[in-house]
Amino acid sequence: MEHFIALVTKPDNVPIVAILFLIPYFMWLSYRQARQTDKTGVPSDAHLNDKVYVWPYLCRNEFVCAIIVMLVLGVWSIMIDAPLEEPSDPTKTPNPSKAPWYFLALQEMLVYFDPWIAGVVLPGLIIAGLIAIPYIDTNPKGKGYYTIKERPFALAVFSFGFIVLWIVLMIVGTFLRGPGWNFFAPWEYWDPHLVVPLTNVNLSYLFGIRSETTANFFGFVVVAGYFALGPIVYLWKHKTSDFLQELGLVRYIVVSFLFLTMLALPIKMILRIFFNVKYIWVSPWFNI
Amino acid sequence: MNEERKGLKEKITNSDIWRSIFRHGYENTGRRYTLQILQNVWLHLHPPRISRHALNFRFTWCMGGITFLMFLVTAVTGVLLMFYYRPTAEYAFADVQYLEFDIPFGMLLRNMHRWAAHGMVISVMLHMFRVFLTGSYKKPREFNWAVGVILLLVTFFLSFTGYLLPWDQLAFWAVTVGTNMARATPVLGHEGPFAPTEITQSNDVRFALLAGTIVGPSTLLRFYILHCVAVPLLASALMALHFWRVRKDGGISGPL
Repeated sequence: MEHFIALVTKPDNVPIVAILFLIPYFMWLSYRQARQTDKTGVPSDAHLNDKVYVWPYLCRNEFVCAIIVMLVLGVWSIMIDAPLEEPSDPTKTPNPSKAPWYFLALQEMLVYFDPWIAGVVLPGLIIAGLIAIPYIDTNPKGKGYYTIKERPFALAVFSFGFIVLWIVLMIVGTFLRGPGWNFFAPWEYWDPHLVVPLTNVNLSYLFGIRSETTANFFGFVVVAGYFALGPIVYLWKHKTSDFLQELGLVRYIVVSFLFLTMLALPIKMILRIFFNVKYIWVSPWFNI
Repeated sequence: MNEERKGLKEKITNSDIWRSIFRHGYENTGRRYTLQILQNVWLHLHPPRISRHALNFRFTWCMGGITFLMFLVTAVTGVLLMFYYRPTAEYAFADVQYLEFDIPFGMLLRNMHRWAAHGMVISVMLHMFRVFLTGSYKKPREFNWAVGVILLLVTFFLSFTGYLLPWDQLAFWAVTVGTNMARATPVLGHEGPFAPTEITQSNDVRFALLAGTIVGPSTLLRFYILHCVAVPLLASALMALHFWRVRKDGGISGPL
């Protein structure tokens, strides 16, 4: 436990501790306003046309905000020194070796996917997906105010991605991953000699498939079948669902692909943690 | 009493001494407030008037402004730090030590730079969260959201390139771990799937980033130039575009 306290109070981990408080606070703040809007209705145009002069009203706010932030930063800088470890030595690898804290969600993904997916493809898709958001979200409601009722799907997907798959994984990577990138509970000692038996097997093995060629084909069918869920839902629902009609085919393909890719991470995590699944698809060229 | 005070005030403000110092009074008029914004080079990016709800902290969280403030702090402290730092493997670590122990307020300077950088990463993520929750990326602000996503990446990259510069174990291994993933880039990384045999560890995408096969002196110089010149310039240009589009797209979003 002492060692966990030392970890939490490490100077470079101050931002993570701040995030532990800031994220719940802002979630609560936005949730309260969203509930208010959902109960009393969207504020009217009259509210928006209520204009004030930027000088002095906005400039005063900016000025006060800047002073408060500079005070916090000043106190932070006086109280806590930036870390400086021993000089760099390429022959002395620390265990665990960690990326900067804001990349630890990506490093955490490396547990579940090979580097080419976790380190290259998924980050690329996160960026592409974020940029695509305004172009695939056709819901005109909920612009410029907090609401839950008017856009539950968009909020659920984004909050899950941001809070669970980015922030929580970052915190796990910082505080709960020790030597060998093994998982340690806060009260556990970070034992560098801990031996964790690797009992993971491929999904095809669990299904009793032993031949490599069959396993390759099996993996292809599973992955292709998973991504085929998108088109299947479309063919099944597009005549009756207003949502799909409005979205259109191209947007739907993008949305379903990004959505299924995002869900693939928690699915792989569950398969790994509870069923010891190593790979879903093993092929001669890549493994997924 | 009030009359008396008014008379006294007029007497003072009408005196020759007062009028030699202050050329004219400050009128409390809308025209005056508007000119205050329009005629000031630092404030002219603001519109003269905004809707009242844009003043509300609970709505805006101030996070975009805080991100910009953190950028300014890192720029100012960064320039000062550059006076004491040489980006070579021989001197980098020693210069940071010298800065910490011998330069007056050197430690404070370094702390402010590092914590402002961390603060900027936090505030930019929260800014994105707020913009999403209020649906502010919706028409007509789609493109500005895209610019914002690029700025988020630029912020990460600024922080990441700066992480190497102290040249200690923390820096060296964080950057080693962070850039190792580039090995596995499909086609362009020597350990990635579908990499042709011509792609080796001395000509793949990771080599381009590190200027070597491991993090070394050339990496330090490369990251230094990216951190101090190239990426801040890119960030400034994109920020100018971002702020300009905020105004052109109708100011801060609101219920319409």
